[in-house]
Amino acid sequence: MKISIGARVEEAGSSIKYKTGGWRSYRPVVNKDKCTKCWLCYKYCPDAAIEKGKDCAVIDYDYCKGCGVCAKECKFEAIEMVPEVK
Amino acid sequence: MIEETEFLAPGHRMCAGCGVALSARIAVNTAGKDTIVVSPTGCMEVTTTQYPETAWRVPFLHVAFENAASAASGIDSALKMLGKRENKNILVFAGDGGTFDIGLQALSGMFERGHKVTFICNDNEAYMNTGIQRCSATPYGAWTTTSPPGKYSIGESKPKKPIARIAAAHCIPYVATATIAYVADYQKKLKKALAVDGPSFIHVLAPCPSGWRFASDELIEVSRLAVQTGVFVLWEVENGEMENLKITKKIPQRKPVEEYLKTQGRFKHLFKPVLRKDVIGQIQAEIDKKFERFGL
Ligand SMILES: Cc1ncc(C[n+]2csc(CCOP(=O)(O)OP(=O)(O)O)c2C)c(N)n1
Ligand code: SF4
Ligand code: SF4
Ligand SMILES: [Mg+2]
Repeated sequence: MKISIGARVEEAGSSIKYKTGGWRSYRPVVNKDKCTKCWLCYKYCPDAAIEKGKDCAVIDYDYCKGCGVCAKECKFEAIEMVPEVK
Repeated sequence: MIEETEFLAPGHRMCAGCGVALSARIAVNTAGKDTIVVSPTGCMEVTTTQYPETAWRVPFLHVAFENAASAASGIDSALKMLGKRENKNILVFAGDGGTFDIGLQALSGMFERGHKVTFICNDNEAYMNTGIQRCSATPYGAWTTTSPPGKYSIGESKPKKPIARIAAAHCIPYVATATIAYVADYQKKLKKALAVDGPSFIHVLAPCPSGWRFASDELIEVSRLAVQTGVFVLWEVENGEMENLKITKKIPQRKPVEEYLKTQGRFKHLFKPVLRKDVIGQIQAEIDKKFERFGL
C-alpha cells in the first residue's frame, strides 16, 4: 500500500466502508406502535446507527453493534433485543 | 442513510456501548462543521482513524500521546497568523492518560498561553487502548491489569487526581465537568466553552464497558449512577473563581456508593469473597467529605 504524505486521509467519513453490523450478537428491533419518537435512543446510540424515521426510530443494521443501549434506555419499551440467528 | 449532522461517521471500531464514542459523537455534533479535532493516541484515535480510512467528517489531526494541547495551540496560532481564526472551533479529544498524566505539561502550557482551544478529556479512568493499565485517573479500589487486587492489595491504592480543579487553578475562562447520561447539560457546557475567548476544559466521565467490566447496555445507567451517588459531580466554574463554582446537577437524595460500585466488575473484589465494608466505607467517606467541602 502506498502511504500518502503525512498519512493524510482525503475522504471524510470513509469508515462507512467498514460495516460493524457483523459484530452484533443481539439485534435491536423497534416496535412501531410503541415508539413515541422521543428520540432518546437516537441521542444515546454511541454509533450513530439510529435514524429519526417518519413513523419510528429506524436502526441501521449495517453499523449497529448491538450494544443494547437503545433498548435499555427507551422509556416505552419500544425496542427489544433479539438474538441474531444465522 | 446517516444524518448529515453526524460528524463522527459510523464504521469506527470503538467497542459496542463505548462511552468515549458517545461523548465524542455528542461533542462534535454540537460543535458543528466548522470544527478542527485534535487527538492524542488512545482508544478513540486508533479506532476512528484506521488508515486509510477515517470516521471524521471534520478535519482531524493525530499527534503523539503527550502533545495534543501543543498541536492545538499551534493550529490556533497558525490560523490567527493567516487571518482565518474567525468562526472556527478547535476541539481536543484526549483520554485520561493523555490528560492527567502524559499530556498535563502541554495542557498547562496551552492554558498559560491563553490559546482559544476547547480541551475535552474523555475519562475512562485507565489506559484502555493498551490494555487497562491504571493511571492517575483510576479511582481508589478499582481493579486494572496493573492494580490487581489480592491478599495485599485492594486494587488501585491512590485517589483520583482532581484534574478539573487543576485546570481551574490556571484561572482559564471556563472549566466544567460532564458525563454522557446528561446530554443537555454536556451540550450547554460545550457551547459555553466554545464561546469563551481563551482556553476551556471539560472533564467528561466516559464509562468503558470493556475496562470497567459491565454489560454494554448498562452504559448510560453507570454514567447516571456516578452522578446520583456523588462519585462524579457536575459543575462549572468561570475564570478559576472556585468560590463561584456552580453545581449544574443537584442531587438532593444521594444514593450510597455501593449502588455505583456493584454495577462494575472492576470493583467486584470489594463485594466477594468478603464484603470489604472498610474500603467501601472509605470511598463513601471521601464522597461525603467532598460534598461537605462543596457546601452541598
Ligand atoms: C509516548 C507514548 N507512550 C506510550 C504510548 C502507548 N499508548 C498508546 S495509547 C495509550 C493509553 C491511552 O490511554 P488514555 O489516554 O487514557 O486513552 P484511552 O485509550 O483510555 O481512551 C498508551 C499508553 C504511546 N503511544 N506513546
Ligand atoms: S444496539 Fe447500540 S449500536 Fe445498535 S442501534 Fe442500539 S444503541 Fe445503537
Ligand atoms: S476499551 Fe473502552 S474506551 Fe476503548 S473503545 Fe472499548 S469501550 Fe471504548
Ligand atoms: Mg483512558
